[in-house]
Amino acid sequence: MIPVCRLEDLPAGEAVRLDLTPPVAVFNADGELYAIDDTCSHQDASLSEGWLEGCQVECPLHAASFDLRTGMPTCLPARRPVRTHQVSVVEGMVYVHTTADVFAQVPADAVAHAAADAYARTAVEEGSAA
Amino acid sequence: MRTVTVVGASLAGLSAARALRAEGFDGRLVVIGAEQHLPYDRPPLSKEFLTGKADESQLALSDDEERAELDAEWLLGVRATGLDARGRTVVLADGRTVASDGVVIATGARARPLPGPWLRGVHTLRTLDDARELRDRLTEGRHRIVVVGGGFIGAETASSCAALGHDVTVVEAATLPLMPQLGRDMAEFCAGLHQRGGVRLVCGTGVAGLRDDGTGDGGAVTGVALADGRVLPADLVVVGIGAVPETGWLSGSTLAVDDGVLCDDGGVTALPQVVAVGDVARIGGVRHEHWTSATQQPVVAARNLLAGRTVEHLGGTPYFWSDQYGARIQFAGRRHGGETVRIAEGSPEEGSFLALYEDESGTTAALAVDRPRPFMRVRRGLRMG
Ligand SMILES: Cc1cc2nc3c(=O)[nH]c(=O)nc-3n(C[C@H](O)[C@H](O)[C@H](O)COP(=O)(O)OP(=O)(O)OC[C@H]3O[C@@H](n4cnc5c(N)ncnc54)[C@H](O)[C@@H]3O)c2cc1C
Repeated sequence: MIPVCRLEDLPAGEAVRLDLTPPVAVFNADGELYAIDDTCSHQDASLSEGWLEGCQVECPLHAASFDLRTGMPTCLPARRPVRTHQVSVVEGMVYVHTTADVFAQVPADAVAHAAADAYARTAVEEGSAA
Repeated sequence: MRTVTVVGASLAGLSAARALRAEGFDGRLVVIGAEQHLPYDRPPLSKEFLTGKADESQLALSDDEERAELDAEWLLGVRATGLDARGRTVVLADGRTVASDGVVIATGARARPLPGPWLRGVHTLRTLDDARELRDRLTEGRHRIVVVGGGFIGAETASSCAALGHDVTVVEAATLPLMPQLGRDMAEFCAGLHQRGGVRLVCGTGVAGLRDDGTGDGGAVTGVALADGRVLPADLVVVGIGAVPETGWLSGSTLAVDDGVLCDDGGVTALPQVVAVGDVARIGGVRHEHWTSATQQPVVAARNLLAGRTVEHLGGTPYFWSDQYGARIQFAGRRHGGETVRIAEGSPEEGSFLALYEDESGTTAALAVDRPRPFMRVRRGLRMG
């Protein structure tokens, strides 16, 4: 259990980066707290510096986007998920429980399928928005 | 449309294949690539790949699973040599032809060479094969390197070579590198980065020629002769003087070519069933050589191709980034040159800042150095406005 900060120091829409190996980012998405690996699975960029919208964060370098709840990429150029971690708040203090390897427990093709679905979804959304 | 042929199997070509499928095209999709390689990412070639931080597996732009879904025929290692007058047949170097109802031109650009005979030790950096060769050279001992051209690729290459411990000089013909792209203030900042990285920057003098060891064509380079009479000794020269759009194969077609394939602002050429995207395309009068453009243009061009006419126009704000000397530079917008530059956050002295290009109409462009968050905010604002 790694202390992050006081809850009031992480207002909605903000993120903090924990200098762990690998680094972890903790987000306050409209009151819900999420933690994921900070480094984009595409190329070297910090997701805590990204654009937060709903439960999604957009990478500041190439605009790959990830679902904070699952770590799944929701659009290219990312094709691999980032790991998610548990967050808890105890007496006003935010803690992260880092996961050793969350995706090791899921069959590899299940991950791949979820990712493929995510692409399909974005394609549809973009198509209908235009 | 039954068959769509994409010519060029790199970022823009792959993005076009993805976009066509995403738009519901379920016909035959053929992708032709002159290189042997499946699509790979070029930006790391002058950065992490050159320094050895990234290996080839990290360059891949797609994987087996995605390619299975795309269900395209990949004809790799073969160049397209022609497009017939009606834009219906793509001719390949090995004599094969591909009859097509739609064609996506995505042949990118190639590195502009220095004039003169080929010498050992002289490199350009555009392809994976180029990068492999240069990387191999960089691991054999310490070199005296001259980088010709102080643009982004030249600067990144110089930075990577310096990080590997080589002795590096950058030669730039203009009074400062990157002036046309960034304007004086920001070009001055970038020039300072070379110094910070221990690299000499020689500006305001062109290259008169290369010196060799006297064995002539195929001999080894020994130095770079400058227009002002100086000779810079070098056993390795990297030429980074820009890229030339790959349009030679279109010479027999009816398409207009002038520094790129001319298209309307939807990526559509004079032939409605032929579109052009990426570094090769001059869309609405401008040709971008940016990674992000090569991923965004195909989405619009694919819709127009399938619609048979221009139903959608390219909007968006041009964006690119560059990593050099440990600094990440990000730029977005359209500068026209008359703006004043205001530092909105941080400062150039501390090496991290957000600069806004402003005129009477407001902010036209933004440049950030190691300030991703505020940059993203401004970039979004530019996108909306
Ligand atoms: C070293 C390097 C670093 C870069 N760094 C950055 C960066 O940091 N940020 C950024 O925004 N951009 C960067 N770029 C630019 C970016 O990589 C390009 O904008 C992008 O690659 C353009 O994609 P493209 O598919 O249009 O063209 P290309 O990537 O050039 O691909 C064109 C493909 O078509 C093939 N081809 C050409 N002619 C034919 C033919 N007749 N028949 C069949 N195939 C053909 C070529 O072999 C090539 O594989 C960099 C480029 C390089 C070279």
